[in-house]
Amino acid sequence: MTTDTSSMPEIDIDPRALRHLADAQVNVELDTGDMILNMGPQHPATHGTLRLVVRLDGERVLAADPIIGYMHRGYEKLTEYRTYPQITTLINRIDWLSSFANEVPFIHAAEQLMGVEAPPRAEYIRTILTELSRIATFILFLGEFGLQVGAVTPAFFGFRDREYVLNLIEAATGGRFHPNFNRIGGIKDDLPWGWVAETREVMKKVFDSCNEFEDLLLGNEIFVARTKGIGIIPGDLGAAYGVSGSNLRASGVDWDLRRDGKPYLVYNELDWKVWTHPAGDSYARYWVRLQETRESARMVLQMLDQLPAGPVMAKVPRIIKVPEGETYVQTENPLGEMGYYVISKGATGPFRTKIRSASFSNVSILPWLLQGVYVPDIVTILASLYFILGDIDR
Amino acid sequence: MMLAADYWWIWTIVKVVVVLAIVPTGALVIGFVFLFKVMSYMQSRLGPMEAGPQGTLQLLADGLKFLQKEDITPKQADKWVFALAPVMVLASTFLVFVVLPAGPDLIVEDIQTGAFYALAVSSLSVIGILMAGWASANKFALLGGLRAAAQLIAYELPLLLAVLGVVIMAGTMSMQEIVSIQNTGEIFGWGGIGNPFIITQIVGFVIFMIAAQAELTQPPFDMPVAESELVTGYMVEYTGFRFLFFFIGEFGTAFAFAGLAATLWLGGWAVPWITTDAWWVNLVGVAVLFIKIMAISFLIFWVRFTYPRFREDQLQAIAWKYLIPIALVNVLATGAFKVWM
Repeated sequence: MTTDTSSMPEIDIDPRALRHLADAQVNVELDTGDMILNMGPQHPATHGTLRLVVRLDGERVLAADPIIGYMHRGYEKLTEYRTYPQITTLINRIDWLSSFANEVPFIHAAEQLMGVEAPPRAEYIRTILTELSRIATFILFLGEFGLQVGAVTPAFFGFRDREYVLNLIEAATGGRFHPNFNRIGGIKDDLPWGWVAETREVMKKVFDSCNEFEDLLLGNEIFVARTKGIGIIPGDLGAAYGVSGSNLRASGVDWDLRRDGKPYLVYNELDWKVWTHPAGDSYARYWVRLQETRESARMVLQMLDQLPAGPVMAKVPRIIKVPEGETYVQTENPLGEMGYYVISKGATGPFRTKIRSASFSNVSILPWLLQGVYVPDIVTILASLYFILGDIDR
Repeated sequence: MMLAADYWWIWTIVKVVVVLAIVPTGALVIGFVFLFKVMSYMQSRLGPMEAGPQGTLQLLADGLKFLQKEDITPKQADKWVFALAPVMVLASTFLVFVVLPAGPDLIVEDIQTGAFYALAVSSLSVIGILMAGWASANKFALLGGLRAAAQLIAYELPLLLAVLGVVIMAGTMSMQEIVSIQNTGEIFGWGGIGNPFIITQIVGFVIFMIAAQAELTQPPFDMPVAESELVTGYMVEYTGFRFLFFFIGEFGTAFAFAGLAATLWLGGWAVPWITTDAWWVNLVGVAVLFIKIMAISFLIFWVRFTYPRFREDQLQAIAWKYLIPIALVNVLATGAFKVWM
């Protein structure tokens, strides 16, 4: 609605009247206008300090802009001022839910540069603890996803059942969340007495827990209605955005670094399968993680049966100096693909470290993914992508 | 009624005090039993244990805590509307109890259109919620308030239609008469347990419970508060005492709706084979009604603690595509039955 003002006579108009005129014009056109909603950095659905600036038309999202960096702690720079053994303490805190799995690729990178190889028992224990931290991370996801779509009770089950696994990690390493257990050339200690038997017991609880979540959420019509067809990531597009891990496997891409990447740990000696789901929606992501939790528990049971005897530490010099060189090690972490590019100039610490964290790439698809969904679906999609803020911001 | 006309004003004060006492008490009982203990049991934890035996005084401690909190009104808020909204919500809860009978003589006012009145005043809370959402000058609150309005409008209709079935069966809207008809009625000529309408009006009961869940804004229909999306929606700017009002309103309304369901479908205070004219029935009636209310509240809160949340559009679809047609068919079938049988 345009008005030609050039032919109007010059009169003194009260500016307040003009404002009313503007209001009237809006009412005539029934233009409701967009609303900018600022979700975060303090918002319960953003798992920390992710900020989403969402442009809304009613409840529909027109555009979403994730703003990251509120938790940037500068780990890449910090590694340049620490020695190699000190760095494991830092990188524990990148993805704080699966800290042990974070340590593995960095330690492998250092070991590769030094030409040291950990004894088989150490590699087995590393693999067991990596899979345990995967189970702990995923069980929390399985419960917490319920909370994000509105069911309170599964979250408590998630925290309860994760605690069994965390107790195991604590018993073996001394730390619930931040084990700091890896050493260059092996691990700090052997497993404590009775640990193997107890792990077998806990794995039974993990299977029970998975069955419970399957009953409680996957079998619930409301849950299915809230997740099926929500946040569909096409496989090729996901790969193009750098989405990795279970999120990509839920889009039907059969890719798992434990099987397809450069061999690491002892995955080649185990009998296991990679789970995929063709749908690519939130439901598929939940389903894949549920299956992977079970698969991890099976792998742990296998490894406990095959656990070799022997030392857990290789011979390494007392002061660790890594010879000149550079390497990139990537592993399949619970949240996706995690990689460390380490450049050494022969000192006691790395010259430069580049950390490729899974969540950073996983949330990069958000602006594309959140277009046209409803406000509640934002939460579903955020929860189903399952990111950790420390892993995004580093 | 046994009140003398000369002392009407004393009785009025007594009635007001009783109603004022019922709502917080009911809210406390419901809050403690279900929110603290039943929910904790379902989630394999203990719940509050420290304040009083088994944590029974925890809600009083929480209430005192709310009283000590600073009362904050946002700068941009519409001050009067902001202050009135919680009162509005709570007032609608209070008003429902006026027509809820707890014994042959224990009713504040047995008005002839009791069922209609109860539904009418219970929907007043929507206005309060909309006021809260609008006046808070907060986008999350606004979204929550508008969701609440859309949702409550959609669910007012099935609620009404569900009660209509009962009213047709009873032939009256007076709550006291609905109770006595259920108590003395017969199911196809068999009067062993009277005619509690939960048996003959089971469809209406189910619809009423679903719609009540939406009216109470509880999961699976808690989109207006939706703490994982809207961070408690229309309540987000409220602190201290005003928040306590919403809290009491939430559980008091759950108590009221359970009471309505118990009266309309479970026979209220009456027990089928107990005579209704003795004076002690008033005492038994309170206990019986309380047990029935707790049983229905358990249903409400069981669903609340277990189910995920619907999305707003899915909720509207359920109301308009399923609940309202089913309720209409129920009303039609009940009417036809009533006319031809």
